[in-house]
Amino acid sequence: MIRVLFFASLREALGSGESLACTPQIATVAQLRDQLAARGDKWQLLLTTRNLRSAVNQSMVAMDTVIKDGDEIAFFPPVTGG
Amino acid sequence: MVSRISIQADDFDVSMEIDALTAGSGDVGAVASFVGLVRDEKKSLSSMTLEHYPGMTEKAIGEIISEAGKRWSLLGARVIHRIGNLLPGDRIVLVAVSSAHRGDAFAACEFIMDFLKTRAPFWKREDTAQGARWVDARDSDDEAASRW
Repeated sequence: MIRVLFFASLREALGSGESLACTPQIATVAQLRDQLAARGDKWQLLLTTRNLRSAVNQSMVAMDTVIKDGDEIAFFPPVTGG
Repeated sequence: MVSRISIQADDFDVSMEIDALTAGSGDVGAVASFVGLVRDEKKSLSSMTLEHYPGMTEKAIGEIISEAGKRWSLLGARVIHRIGNLLPGDRIVLVAVSSAHRGDAFAACEFIMDFLKTRAPFWKREDTAQGARWVDARDSDDEAASRW
């Protein structure tokens, strides 16, 4: 299983997240994003959010990062703290 | 270097935090601090809500402090970031750094703040009479971090 989390505007639209089975079709962060976006409607936000960021196991990573079983993957817009 | 990170809803006392950072040490010759406040640029803000990614936030800030510790000679670092609902004029963030000499403290304080703005997972939502909107990231923040 992998754990998917959303924050900020993505959380408001898609909920705080869910657990998914880790399949060979979801080998990278980009593939996970595309698979979720393919659900349509509001899930398209994962493709339309400008400069979408992702983190794997709480470190920011590039979209081509490989996912493995047990990972925590988060999607969020660019950060705006401070 | 001793460092402490807090993510909290409560306000903080800057003077108390600086005292804590320098207490019992004869080595500290300089403390540089930065306090960020909620700004109401367009005079339309009723409040602001700060969301974060628990766990990753502390980790990201810890990595930024540790990078600062490699670049400058630091004795201590203190970061507090507030979350939840805040009002215009409220304090949001404190970065305080102690060192033997001022150059290290000044530079490290600015470095930590610049990277906190672009790497620490916080998001601001502005609540106005016209509704709520998520604040957009600024390119100038990325530029500020990239100069280091």
